[in-house]
Amino acid sequence: MTPPSPGADPGLYLDANATEPLRPAARAAVLAALDLVGNPASVHAEGRAARKLLESARATLAARLGARPENVVFCAGATEANAMAIHGLAAGGGIVIGATEHDAVRAAAPDAVIAPVDEAGRLDHAAFAACLAAHRPTLACVMAANNETGVLNDIAAIAALCAASGTMLHVDAVQAAGRVPNPDYLAQGASSVAVSAHKLGGPKGVGALLLAADAASRLVPLVRGGGQEQGRRGGTHNLPGIAGFAAALDAAHATPRPDPRLAALRDAIEAGARDCGAIIAGAGAPRLANTTCLVLPGLAAETQVIALDLEGIRISAGAACSSGKVARSHVLAAMGLGDLASSAIRVSLPWNAPADAPARFLAAYRRLAARALRKSAHVSTSAA
Amino acid sequence: MSGGVDSSVVAGLMHEAGHEVIGVTLQLYDHGAATGRKGACCAGQDIHDARNVADRLGIAHYVIDAETAFRSAVIGDFADAYAAGRTPVPCVRCNQHLKFGDLLGLARDLGAAALATGHYVRREEGTHGAELHRAVDARRDQSWFLFATTRDQLEFSRFPLGTMPDKDAVRAAAARMHLPVAEKPDSQDICFVPSGTYADIVAKLRPDAAAPGEIVTEDGAVLDHHQGIARYTVGQAKRLGAASGHVVTRIDAARRRIVVGPRGAGGREVRIAEPNWLIDPPAAPFRASVKLRAGEAPHPAEIDIARNLVTLDTPALAAPGQACVVYQDSRVLGGGFIL
Repeated sequence: MTPPSPGADPGLYLDANATEPLRPAARAAVLAALDLVGNPASVHAEGRAARKLLESARATLAARLGARPENVVFCAGATEANAMAIHGLAAGGGIVIGATEHDAVRAAAPDAVIAPVDEAGRLDHAAFAACLAAHRPTLACVMAANNETGVLNDIAAIAALCAASGTMLHVDAVQAAGRVPNPDYLAQGASSVAVSAHKLGGPKGVGALLLAADAASRLVPLVRGGGQEQGRRGGTHNLPGIAGFAAALDAAHATPRPDPRLAALRDAIEAGARDCGAIIAGAGAPRLANTTCLVLPGLAAETQVIALDLEGIRISAGAACSSGKVARSHVLAAMGLGDLASSAIRVSLPWNAPADAPARFLAAYRRLAARALRKSAHVSTSAA
Repeated sequence: MSGGVDSSVVAGLMHEAGHEVIGVTLQLYDHGAATGRKGACCAGQDIHDARNVADRLGIAHYVIDAETAFRSAVIGDFADAYAAGRTPVPCVRCNQHLKFGDLLGLARDLGAAALATGHYVRREEGTHGAELHRAVDARRDQSWFLFATTRDQLEFSRFPLGTMPDKDAVRAAAARMHLPVAEKPDSQDICFVPSGTYADIVAKLRPDAAAPGEIVTEDGAVLDHHQGIARYTVGQAKRLGAASGHVVTRIDAARRRIVVGPRGAGGREVRIAEPNWLIDPPAAPFRASVKLRAGEAPHPAEIDIARNLVTLDTPALAAPGQACVVYQDSRVLGGGFIL
């Protein structure tokens, strides 16, 4: 007996910040690379062919993201890239991180000093500068764009604060890369930048750490092994993944950034959601064009996620643990949303979002909102 | 779906019957913290098992974070009850507040037609609405633990395992449906107490319940000392040291005293709190049978709903905090917590 495959219904996929759908160019590049037999570390012709593809991908990342090719370190994803930067650059020194950083950063720096964000979700620059002055950390970690709200930080200004206090800045650019006009964070003053392939339409399981010259010389490797990546990250390269990464990045940069088409869809969703009584978290800050965080007071986020999923709308709430449990969002808590944080969902439009996404989403969302309204009416009646 | 064989079979049977089934697992506590394994996943194996079963069946499956509610409604109540000299029934609290409270509420919010669980009880369609009955398998019967289910909750609930002849039949159904949990061992008594050391958990939350005190007779003679009232239950004959041969008749939490009496001690009147009735309460007292513990034979008694009073035909020791569940033959009429 063959078990039926769950999730066979394609639905409306609006969870790009969890993972972007694979771009056709990335798929083609992955498939082509799967047939390359050589190991990039081998000296023979097959090895050289593999190495050529690897270095070509490296050059693409370097050019698109403003790094020197020799300082692009491929690895298994952004969690590893973040950990590599935090362990490899802080080297036991103090760390300051923003309050809305992803768990990939929070878990790698459990003892870090947390710098607060403002109500809109942006790093509070004055408080951040005070943290730097008070703790004299070796490393600061600040995300370029937040995964839950899409709120963008001013990396150039933050890098200037870090430079003034002699602190290295690591930027988690996972959600920003491929989506913002200027992802050249090293040029803006960062010491290192973490990026991930599958967040911009590439395959899962590939990432890179981009290093500035100062950071490149002091990085202590996490994984040594066979000396790949100049000894900074051992292990045979995931060549199909890396080839797909570069192809996806090229494709992302072939469309306007920010994508006005996605921004218009996002705005339509927000307008309709506001009419249902939703609050938009982070609306006061510059944000990614594809992301909106909708707070529907009175209805638990997990109920919203399940109800929408059952209607074929794929969105998420908070950051999902490996169990699938929806955890309370530390991002929204840090923005001072209080109890409302437990009623927030994230809608993140993928690069190929269909034009009728707002209409389809809002049809289901209006039914949800009506349910929330009935519930609160019921609660106030029974309380009376 | 706890990840055990019972609720997995329920999901499978409902799916087989052609219903649109939505699997929900309540994450009740942080598994890593409970087992003391640093870095262990918050979920533990059971949630993965539940998910594997749902994948096998091809049904949707969701994990709900119920940690906060479980901590206050079940674990907190558990520790507080011991500290007050009572013997709690955490499974009743969990059924009452989480499974037939929050989970049933979620099911309604999602527009579900019913909530099906793996409890061993029967729900019969009576002339005045749904009735709660003992399971066919007397050894597995969980009706005592479900007395606090309200009539409204019962209307919405389904218990497909109540008519199963025995556990072997349930395991056979799991095997027939190729569920990966068919051979999984039965779960432990108290899910959030990993190794049966419930007193340690109580001591952590309520150190006063683990403080030493005296074991005394009803007239105040000190027979021995104890290492915390949380280790005692009314009716208990073990761990009495020099008072061995007696039985605990009362726990005086304020003075941290375990009061003992001769074996066979007991009273006829049992007062109950937080009553829940699954019948239209008759105005006059009526005859029925009651169970004061999960696994005991029923006592014939007279029930006075208006006064929350149960009068046993023959004296027995009722442990405060436990449930007094009223039966008429196989049917649960209701009950309350023993005061």
